[in-house]
Amino acid sequence: MNAQDIRAAVRRLARDVAERAKAAGAGRDLAIVGIRRGGVFLAQRLRAELARELGAEPPLGTMDIALYRDDVDQKGAAPVVGPTDIRFPVQGKTILLVDDVLYTGRTVRAALDELVDFGRPRRVWLAVLVDRGGRELPIAADFSGGRIEVKEGEDVQVRLVEGGAAEDAVVVKPGRGT
Amino acid sequence: MIGRHKHCIALADYSREELLEVLDLAVSMKEVLQRPIKKVPSLRGKTVVNLFFEASTRTRSSFEIAAKILSADALNWTSSSSSVTKGETLVDTARNLEAMRPDVLVIRHAAGGAPKLVADHVACSVVSAGDGAHEHPSQGLLDCFTLREKLGTLEGKTIAIVGDISHSRVARSDLFAMTKLGAKVRFCGPPTMIPAGAETLGATVHYGLREAVEGADAVVMLRIQHERIGDPLIPNTREYSKLWGLNQKKAAEWLKPGCVILHPGPINRGVELAPEVADGPRSVILDQVQNGVAVRMAILYLLAGGSPPDGAAAAAKA
Amino acid sequence: MSDVLFIEGGRVIDPASGTDGVRTVVVRDGKIAEVAERVERPRDARAVDARGRWVTPGFLDLHVHLREPGQEYKETVATGTRAAVAGGFTAVCAMPNTNPVNDDTAVTELVLARAAAAGLARVYPVGAISKGSKGEELAEYGELKAAGCVALSDDGKPVMSASLMRRALEYAKAFGLPLTVHEEDLHLVGKGVMHEGAAATRLGLKGIPAAAEEVMILRDLALLELTGGRLHVAHLSTAGGVRAVRDAKRRGLRVTAEVTPHHLALTDEDVAASGYSTDFKMNPPLRSAEDVRAVREALADGTIDAIATDHAPHSPVEKDVEYDAAANGIVGLETAFPVCLALARQGVLSEKRLVEALTVGPARAFGLPGGALARGAAADVAILDPAAEWVLDPARLHSKGKNTPWKGRRLAGRCSMTIVGGRIVHEEGRAER
Repeated sequence: MNAQDIRAAVRRLARDVAERAKAAGAGRDLAIVGIRRGGVFLAQRLRAELARELGAEPPLGTMDIALYRDDVDQKGAAPVVGPTDIRFPVQGKTILLVDDVLYTGRTVRAALDELVDFGRPRRVWLAVLVDRGGRELPIAADFSGGRIEVKEGEDVQVRLVEGGAAEDAVVVKPGRGT
Repeated sequence: MIGRHKHCIALADYSREELLEVLDLAVSMKEVLQRPIKKVPSLRGKTVVNLFFEASTRTRSSFEIAAKILSADALNWTSSSSSVTKGETLVDTARNLEAMRPDVLVIRHAAGGAPKLVADHVACSVVSAGDGAHEHPSQGLLDCFTLREKLGTLEGKTIAIVGDISHSRVARSDLFAMTKLGAKVRFCGPPTMIPAGAETLGATVHYGLREAVEGADAVVMLRIQHERIGDPLIPNTREYSKLWGLNQKKAAEWLKPGCVILHPGPINRGVELAPEVADGPRSVILDQVQNGVAVRMAILYLLAGGSPPDGAAAAAKA
Repeated sequence: MSDVLFIEGGRVIDPASGTDGVRTVVVRDGKIAEVAERVERPRDARAVDARGRWVTPGFLDLHVHLREPGQEYKETVATGTRAAVAGGFTAVCAMPNTNPVNDDTAVTELVLARAAAAGLARVYPVGAISKGSKGEELAEYGELKAAGCVALSDDGKPVMSASLMRRALEYAKAFGLPLTVHEEDLHLVGKGVMHEGAAATRLGLKGIPAAAEEVMILRDLALLELTGGRLHVAHLSTAGGVRAVRDAKRRGLRVTAEVTPHHLALTDEDVAASGYSTDFKMNPPLRSAEDVRAVREALADGTIDAIATDHAPHSPVEKDVEYDAAANGIVGLETAFPVCLALARQGVLSEKRLVEALTVGPARAFGLPGGALARGAAADVAILDPAAEWVLDPARLHSKGKNTPWKGRRLAGRCSMTIVGGRIVHEEGRAER
């Protein structure tokens, strides 16, 4: 995907989310949580688009899932923990979890566990820019910018200008092993 | 591991980067303390054992809470209820506990060097909760965390530490950490309470309270023991309080705006701190307590989160 | 075994006679028969090749703890004298802080009997200054001398009462016995466990100020002047103490002093660097760099008369504990020569002075025989290899005590052979236990 594709995908995602939210009567109760680190800038872009679609800016939070990982026993040193910043009440809200790439589903599993420790949401939707398949848990994206077929061991990276890239791009890197 | 350290025993051994690693992580840990559900699963299945040979409800509870928030199991072992009173040596006690496979041993002991002695004989990580007059690393770290929060940074700041420096492990840990993070430290107290070679450690020494706290960005008040049998360092606490105690008047007249007051607790109200000052607007003592849990969570997470390096357990046993 | 030993090719260093050069030493019937440049080898002699080695009088240690009677699990007279001869020592003075304290004939005779049975180094017992070393009543010096004691000490403790110390100095005059004193004011020592200074502050350990030693030395020198007795300062470790002794000698007082190899070689910073290792804990503690400089100068210029090890074996029960709780003391008989030789190589003292401080220096301080390779004297000889390099494996020490700061270190200098009264009692390379 190139920069144009990404911009279009984000707009499309925002439209679909807004439509579904309005249909469910949740236009006022929507809140966005970007999963660190890849989902943060994406969540910010979605929020800007959703503000246009819904007429009001939904609250935005970020979440670091390091403390909830399930692979701590294999990692060696304890994973580095970044900041989690959720300042709105989660109880009763429609939460839109945002991440850049959906792969095994374990990150989203950790994010769900962490999210419910903040309160009981009304419902949780998952929006991702890229779905690369390879699920290891029964997790599915409610909104996806597109599917990519890659070989096992290959790495899918989403680079955005907010993160310092020259231009937006989705890049596939050859395998560096498991 | 914290940097290259398997244990958390002495801040004198930590580099500036290693100190910052703990402080930065403690920020995230503090955020967990603000959540409605104060629990994360990171240390699930791990065991933290508190081995306290000196009475201390506050520090022990702080470590216990920190462990539990991280979903670890916490066990308390106090010397009065153990075989130590029957004459079992420190090493034997630690080895017996270790046979039950804890992941972290938190030790407080009256003899300097005791945590190191234990660390040399067990395979798990050891955290010192205070050894004699040597160090109290988690206290030093939480003091730095609190100051960083209140002052923005420690770089270029002046901190005065007042009290019985010679017997204070908090003073030493504070000194080692604060100077590494760029602060200037002043020691203040009666000459009998200033240890030999204090200047060579990097602090300036002041006998007068006023000169020590004027211009300081923060003041750490230490607890004065009411009596020290056999080797009295001051005539009595009355004179000490008059000359080195901080009351409302002195705080108002000598402390610059924005200067904060810390105390490791428990406070001797009326001796080193007047009640109005302890409870006043400059006091960050209660912040210290909360930050203490966050800092201890960070320490436990860094030492026990993740898997041990391959073969480390077996090698340490050999 | 032949009665005649023909020790040839070695560098004979005999400070008592001023000899320092290649000589042949002939031992016959337990005595030194000849020390000369060209000697014909007697037909029945056993030849000892001492090429590349030093041949010196056997070392004399004024300060050793043999722990028997009462603490045989730490050391016995047999194992202690075995360690002594392995280190080149042919005679040791056994301190009285045994259990019971050596304040009477019975204990003195027991120590001598054990020494005779072991048949290794000579043992000169030191009797107590006060009954039970309690610092209250004088012990029976006449009895002790008659039984074989060569000096008096309450070592391990100071004599805190100035009046008792005065009477002890006076009473001992009748018997010509020197008092060898452990100098520290216990009130200043308090609960201290290492030298008071920056290192102790960093480690958070209670300090013992140098003044604790100095005030006691000054007190006892004043008492010495008052009484006219004989005083020997044990394990002198401070610059202030050195100043006091130097001044007293200049004024003609009968005072002598000893220093340990560890106080010449290590400082309080070494305690810090060791990470609270109790192998660095002893009393007096390892001092500051300035104190070490002072005792080195004092040894070189004669203010200090002798090197004495203060060999203090302990078992792991006393040492494998936290620093505050550990017993004081390290073993020293088997490390004295390499440690002091290293100092000589650094230029701290000459090789001749080194040998002097281990032989005739201590002999003169206590008025003991030996310390010289004089014709007709008992054949107590040490043959040392100054070039031998070895790694200290505590399991291979002859002493029961393994508490030494040089554990695992590479050392240079070793005793190859030790002869007591003409008998070879130690030979390096011969496996024997």
